[in-house]
Amino acid sequence: MFKIVRREELSEGTVVLNEIEAPQIAKKALPGQFVILKSGEDGERIPLTMADTDKEKGTITIIYMVVGKSTELFKTLQVGDGYEDVIGPLGKPTHLEKVGKVVCVGGGTGVAVLHPITRALKQIGNDVTCIIGARNKGLLMLEDQMREASHDLRICTDDGSYGHHGFVTDVLADVLAGGDIKEVVAIGPVPMMKAVSNMTREYNVPTLVSLNPIMVDGTGMCGGCRVSVGGETKFACVDGPEFDGHLVDFDELNLRLRAYLDDEKNCHRDFCTIRDAQ
Amino acid sequence: MAEQGAKKQKNPRVAMPEQEPKVRARNFLEVPTGYTVKMAQEEAVRCLQCKKPGCVDGCPVGVDIPGFIDLIAQGDMTGAIRNLWAKNALPAVCGRVCPQEIQCEGKCIVGKKGEPVAIGNLERFAADYEREFGTGELPPVEPATGKKVAVVGSGPSGLTVAGDLILKGHDVTILEAFHKPGGVLVYGIPEFRLPKEIVAQEVDFLSRLGAKVECNVVVGRTVSIDELFEQGYDAVYVGVGAGLPRFMNIPGENYVGILSANEYLTRANLMKAYKFPDVDTPIPMGKNVVVLGAGNVAMDSARTAMRLGAESVKIVYRRSREEMPARIAEIHHAEEEGIELFLLTNPTRYLGNEDGRLTGMECLKMELGEPDDSGRRRPVAVEGSEFELECDLCIVAVGSGANPLLTSETPDMALNKWGNVVADLKTGKTTKKGVWAGGDIVTGAATVILAMGAGRDAANSIHDYLTLGW
Ligand SMILES: Cc1cc2nc3c(=O)[nH]c(=O)nc-3n(C[C@H](O)[C@H](O)[C@H](O)COP(=O)(O)OP(=O)(O)OC[C@H]3O[C@@H](n4cnc5c(N)ncnc54)[C@H](O)[C@@H]3O)c2cc1C
Ligand SMILES: Cc1cc2nc3c(=O)[nH]c(=O)nc-3n(C[C@H](O)[C@H](O)[C@H](O)COP(=O)(O)OP(=O)(O)OC[C@H]3O[C@@H](n4cnc5c(N)ncnc54)[C@H](O)[C@@H]3O)c2cc1C
Ligand code: SF4
Ligand code: SF4
Ligand code: FES
Repeated sequence: MFKIVRREELSEGTVVLNEIEAPQIAKKALPGQFVILKSGEDGERIPLTMADTDKEKGTITIIYMVVGKSTELFKTLQVGDGYEDVIGPLGKPTHLEKVGKVVCVGGGTGVAVLHPITRALKQIGNDVTCIIGARNKGLLMLEDQMREASHDLRICTDDGSYGHHGFVTDVLADVLAGGDIKEVVAIGPVPMMKAVSNMTREYNVPTLVSLNPIMVDGTGMCGGCRVSVGGETKFACVDGPEFDGHLVDFDELNLRLRAYLDDEKNCHRDFCTIRDAQ
Repeated sequence: MAEQGAKKQKNPRVAMPEQEPKVRARNFLEVPTGYTVKMAQEEAVRCLQCKKPGCVDGCPVGVDIPGFIDLIAQGDMTGAIRNLWAKNALPAVCGRVCPQEIQCEGKCIVGKKGEPVAIGNLERFAADYEREFGTGELPPVEPATGKKVAVVGSGPSGLTVAGDLILKGHDVTILEAFHKPGGVLVYGIPEFRLPKEIVAQEVDFLSRLGAKVECNVVVGRTVSIDELFEQGYDAVYVGVGAGLPRFMNIPGENYVGILSANEYLTRANLMKAYKFPDVDTPIPMGKNVVVLGAGNVAMDSARTAMRLGAESVKIVYRRSREEMPARIAEIHHAEEEGIELFLLTNPTRYLGNEDGRLTGMECLKMELGEPDDSGRRRPVAVEGSEFELECDLCIVAVGSGANPLLTSETPDMALNKWGNVVADLKTGKTTKKGVWAGGDIVTGAATVILAMGAGRDAANSIHDYLTLGW
C-alpha cells in the first residue's frame, strides 16, 4: 500500500492534494512526469501528474480535481489510508532549457501540473511570467506557490471575482504583444490549450502543452492514449504527455476524451446516490 | 497399421465436455469443463506408448508424453503431474492454450488415421486434478546460494525462469509493470479460455517457494537495469513480451470506437470491465463489432465482444481460412458462438460521424494471387469491389511488436531491426553482461510454450553463470 501522509482540500473541496509515500518513484521523478493510481482491487487506473516530489522524505504529491467516480473514491481516502497501486514515474520529463522570457499559462487543475515546471524554469534562469485562471476566486488554486515559482503572476477569473475579469488568453495577448517571449507553456482544459496555441502560432512563439487523453497502462502497450500531432499518431503516455501545441489536433483529443462519457456519468451518479443514502 | 486403424474406430477420442454454444456465448465461464477421471483414463489408454514417440518431438519443451499418459492410465495422478512438472512448469496453462494441432498432437501417430490422442486435454486434467486433490506439497529447494536474480516481466517466460532458479537456491525477485502478475495470461487471454484463478495459483506457488513478486515496477522508468545491478542483483532476465499494439494505418483510425486488442482485452480481463459498473473501468459495448485479424488474439476479442452482448461480431481477414493463424479449436468455438468470418476482405478506411465516433468501414474484396516470401498465396485486391460494413466498435488485432520502453533505456543491449532483443538461441544471453532475455521480446509474438522453453534455457544458463561465470 502507498500511504497518504498529508491531505488538503483546495478550491472549495473540488480539488484534493495528497502527499503519498512512494520512495522508489520520488527518487526518479522529474517535472512533467505522471503516475497511475488505483485505490482498490476493482478500481480504475487513473493518471495524475506529480505536482511535487520529495526525494529525502520519499514522497510524491498529486493534486486532482474531483470529476467522476474514481476521483470521488480517491477523495474518501484520508491520511493513513493509501492507494493499492501507484505506478511511475511515467511519460517523458519536460524539456527544460534556459531561453530567456517564458510565459506559463495554467487553467483549472492544470495549475498543479504547471507548478513544478514553472519552478524549474525559474531555477535554471528564465524570466518567468505566469498567468493562471479559474472560474471564480474560490476555485483558484496554488496562488502562493505560483507566485513563489515565478517572477510575475497574473490572475484571471471568468466571473471577475478576483484579478482580471476574463480568460487567461486575454492577458496572454497583452504579454505576447509586449514582445520577446521565447516560449509558452500552456496546461489546462483542452479548449484553453487550443486557444493559447492558436494565439502563439500567430506570434511564432514555440508552445508546449500537456495532454491528458484517456489511458490504461501508461507504458505504450494499449494505444488508448493516441493523439494526432503534426498528422502523426503518438502515444501520449510514452511520447508525451507534452507536445508542440502548434501541431496537436485538439478537436480530435476533445472527441476522444468523451468516449466513455455516458458510462462514466451513470457510474458516478449511481456511486453518489449510494454514498448519499448511507 | 491395420490394427491401429481398427483400434481407433473402436475407441474414438473422448470428447471434451463443453458449455453449450448458446449459453456460453453470453457468459465468461470456461468453455471446456474438463475430463472426469473416467474420461481421462479412457482417453489415456488410446495412447500406443510408442518407443519413438512423434508427439514428444512436436512438443517444444519435450514433455515425456507417453510417460505421463501411462501414469494417468494407471491411476497415479500424482506421478503424472510430477512427470509433467519435470519439463513444463505450467501444465494447467499449456494443456489449455498450446496449439496442440501443430505441436504434440500434430505428430501423434494415432492421428495419422484418425483423431490424435488428446494430449492437451490429458495434460490439463492432470494439472486440474493436482489443484483439486493434490497435497500441495512443495518440491525441495536447494540450499541458498546468496545470488540475487531479477526477473523483469511475469509472463510465462519470466515465471518459468523464476521457478527454475528459486528451486536451485537463488534469491529471485519478479518485477512486473502491471498491478497483477501473469503477463498475457492475465491481461490478454480471457477468463473463458484460461481462468485467472489458475494463473494466480501458479504465481502463489512461486511465492510459497520463496520468490518475491513486486508489481507496479516499470523497469526502464521506475528503475533501470543498471540500477538493478547497483542494488546488488547478480543477473537480470528480460521477459517483457511483445507489448506494442499494431494498427492498420488507414484513414480514420482515431475515431472513438476503434481500440487495439491490447486495450480491449486489458479492459475486459485485467480490469474486469465486463463487470462494469460493479468495477470502475468501462469498456465500449459494441452493437455491431468488427475484429481485424485472425489469430488467437482476434478470436479472443471477438468472443469477448459477443459475451458483452454484441448483436453481431464479424472477423475481417484479408487471407483465406487456411492461413488463419488461430488455434483450430478457437476458430471452431468462435463460429459455434455465432461469430461470422469475412475472409479475403481488407479494410481500406474507417467511417465516422461528426462526434468522431465510428459508424462503419470500407472494405475491398481480395483474391489469392502468387505465393509470397512466406510461401503463402498473397491476397490481391479485386478492383471495384469496395463495400461498406456497418460497425460501432472495431478491435484491431493485427499483431504486436516490441515495446521500446525498456530497451530504449538500455542502449548497451543490442536489438534487431524490428526492435526485438538479440539473444543467443541456446542460452538467451544478450549482448549486455549479466542480462538474459527470452519469450516474445526476443522472438516477436509467439506462443506460451515457446516463451517457457526460452525461459528454461535461460535459467540453466543463468545458473551456470552464477555458479561458474559468464
Ligand atoms: C498524463 C495525465 C495527467 C493528468 N494529470 C492530472 C492532474 O494532475 N490533476 C487532475 O485533476 N487530473 C489529471 N488528469 C486527468 C485525470 O486523469 C482524470 O480527470 C481522471 O481520470 C478522471 O477520473 P474519474 O473516474 O474521476 O472521472 P471519469 O468518471 O472517468 O470522468 C469524468 C469526466 O472526465 C472525463 N475524463 C475521463 N478521463 C479523462 C482524462 N484522462 N482526462 C480528462 N478528462 C477525462 C470524462 O470524459 C468525464 O467527462 C491527468 C490525465 C492524464 C492522462
Ligand atoms: C489475446 C492473446 C491470446 C493468446 N493466445 C494464445 C494461445 O492460445 N496459445 C499460445 O500458445 N499463445 C497465445 N498467445 C501468445 C502468448 O500469450 C505469448 O506468446 C506469451 O504470453 C509470451 O510470454 P512472455 O513471457 O514472453 O511475455 P508476456 O506474457 O507478454 O509477459 C510480459 C510481461 O512483462 C511485463 N512488462 C512489460 N514491460 C515491462 C517493464 N518495462 N517492466 C516490468 N514489466 C514489464 C508485462 O506487463 C507482462 O506482464 C496469446 C496472446 C494474446 C495477446
Ligand atoms: S506443453 Fe504443449 S506442446 Fe507440449 S505436450 Fe503439453 S500441450 Fe503439447
Ligand atoms: S505419438 Fe501418440 S500414441 Fe505415440 S506415444 Fe505419443 S501420444 Fe501416444
Ligand atoms: S495508456 Fe496505453 S498506450 Fe498509452
